[in-house]
Amino acid sequence: MNELRELYQEVILDHGRNPRNFRRIEDADGEAKGDNPLCGDRVHVFVKLDGAGGLGDVAFQGRGCAISTASASMMTELLKGRSEAEARRLFDVFHAVCTDEAFDPLDVPEEFEDEADRLQVMAGVRQFPMRVKCATLPWHTFAAALDGKATATTE
Amino acid sequence: MSPDSTPTLRPNYDVLAIRRDFPILAREVFGKPLVYLDTGASAQKPRQVIRAMTEVMEETYSNVHRGVHFLSQACTDQFEAARETVARFINAPEADEIVWTRGATEALNLVAATWGRANVGPGDRIVISTLEHHSNIVPWQLLRDETGAELAVIPVDDAGEVDLDAYAGLLADGRAKLVSVTHVSNSIGTVLPIREMARMAHDKGALFMVDGCQAAPHMAVDVQALGVDFYCFSGHKTYGPTGIGALWGRKALLDAMPPYQGGGEMIAHVTFEKSTFKAAPHKFEAGTPAIVEAVGLGAALDYIEAVGRDAILAHETDVAEYARERLAAVPGVRIVGHARERGAIVSFTMDQAHPHDIGTIIDRAGVAVRAGHHCAFPVMERFDVGATARASFGLYNMKSEVDRLVEALDEVAEIFGR
Repeated sequence: MNELRELYQEVILDHGRNPRNFRRIEDADGEAKGDNPLCGDRVHVFVKLDGAGGLGDVAFQGRGCAISTASASMMTELLKGRSEAEARRLFDVFHAVCTDEAFDPLDVPEEFEDEADRLQVMAGVRQFPMRVKCATLPWHTFAAALDGKATATTE
Repeated sequence: MSPDSTPTLRPNYDVLAIRRDFPILAREVFGKPLVYLDTGASAQKPRQVIRAMTEVMEETYSNVHRGVHFLSQACTDQFEAARETVARFINAPEADEIVWTRGATEALNLVAATWGRANVGPGDRIVISTLEHHSNIVPWQLLRDETGAELAVIPVDDAGEVDLDAYAGLLADGRAKLVSVTHVSNSIGTVLPIREMARMAHDKGALFMVDGCQAAPHMAVDVQALGVDFYCFSGHKTYGPTGIGALWGRKALLDAMPPYQGGGEMIAHVTFEKSTFKAAPHKFEAGTPAIVEAVGLGAALDYIEAVGRDAILAHETDVAEYARERLAAVPGVRIVGHARERGAIVSFTMDQAHPHDIGTIIDRAGVAVRAGHHCAFPVMERFDVGATARASFGLYNMKSEVDRLVEALDEVAEIFGR
């Protein structure tokens, strides 16, 4: 499989075309806007807590490339139902998938085995350093929303 | 280009010979011959420029306007000769009206910071257009915030042409002190009617400044015929080095303007109580200038003139119009900007794929385009696109490279669907 096909896998194209949880959460407990000044991509992430220390709902809106849209879409699916602490650890796993050449899904803590498997489709961005920020922007924006910050940026 | 102003193609335009002057064009990217369609962002450099810069450093380099020794004199002569070349290149009346800057961005900031602070106050108006690069927006916003002036924007129509009626409206009450617009839009290629717009500004008592970044490398520029007051461009977009550019201003304006930065080179005499400044252009050139780069820019302008600016315009127009035609025929492609007068820039989107994804995919086919907002957020907003892919052409591009671009887009359709 060449590097382009590895980057634009069917799963990514599908999430890019039909993003999941692509909506506002009107009564969100946290929200943040992320932008990538390099390309003008913007993402708006909404987080709703479930009252028991977990993420009841995560959604996003925005305009971006297939990579950032798919990354945001997959992120919302993976985060729902997680605790904040788990969500932050999952961000670390995601970051490793996108940037760590030596990343091995087998090294991932057992709690995230399934998630790591699913995130593995994002590993193609490693061969495209200019595109890593597209993939990570939604996650940085999510983290900003958790931290009560209004904005996140890739720069 | 409208039919009546379409330049005639010269049969003897030897693009292959020109390409041999640019060493980088011989390289491959991902195993494919490089197709460089990003000259609007920065132009590649001919051997003549590389050699001129190397020669200065190997043979005549020294600081300028300082020493009494042989090298200082020799280097100063070359440095000032380059200034004369710039003056000739844009038909400025005098070389002393050419101020070296780091590029067009610094030239625009210089005028905002010196002329602007001295002449603009509350209630005054600065006029720009929707088509501006951020470098011709932000300096005026800073000036506005500092002085209480107003910043007004000339709208553009769906084709990407400036609305001259709206422009006349912005000038009508005589509050406009300066109009600053681009000569050619860097994002969608519109050529603005500078001569007419400058005349309209002067009729209402406003000065007129032009960002010539996308015009200077591509067409003959005559600041006197255009009837403008300030004109600037960047070296790296005119096949010269980075870190150098030029500002031209009418002598009386430059003489009346306060200095820009303080330091050596710009002073006549310094005591702790008071300093006096040199005359323009030196009073705007504090510190040791970009000597080697200035000489390189001179060599680049000589190169452009040797190829011939009318010939370059005719050739590039031919290639860019071919690109518009071929791209328009690709399913899903929409071209942004259809001005009647347009430069060698074709901006487009594709229904199936985001410009960023287009850029990445065609890069693997060796085709370099710019994908993004082109430092012109307001243009993207105006045409309701987050970003575009932009093919921009230079004197070395060929129609066969347009074919390579179109072939590469087929791979985008292959991945994203047709």
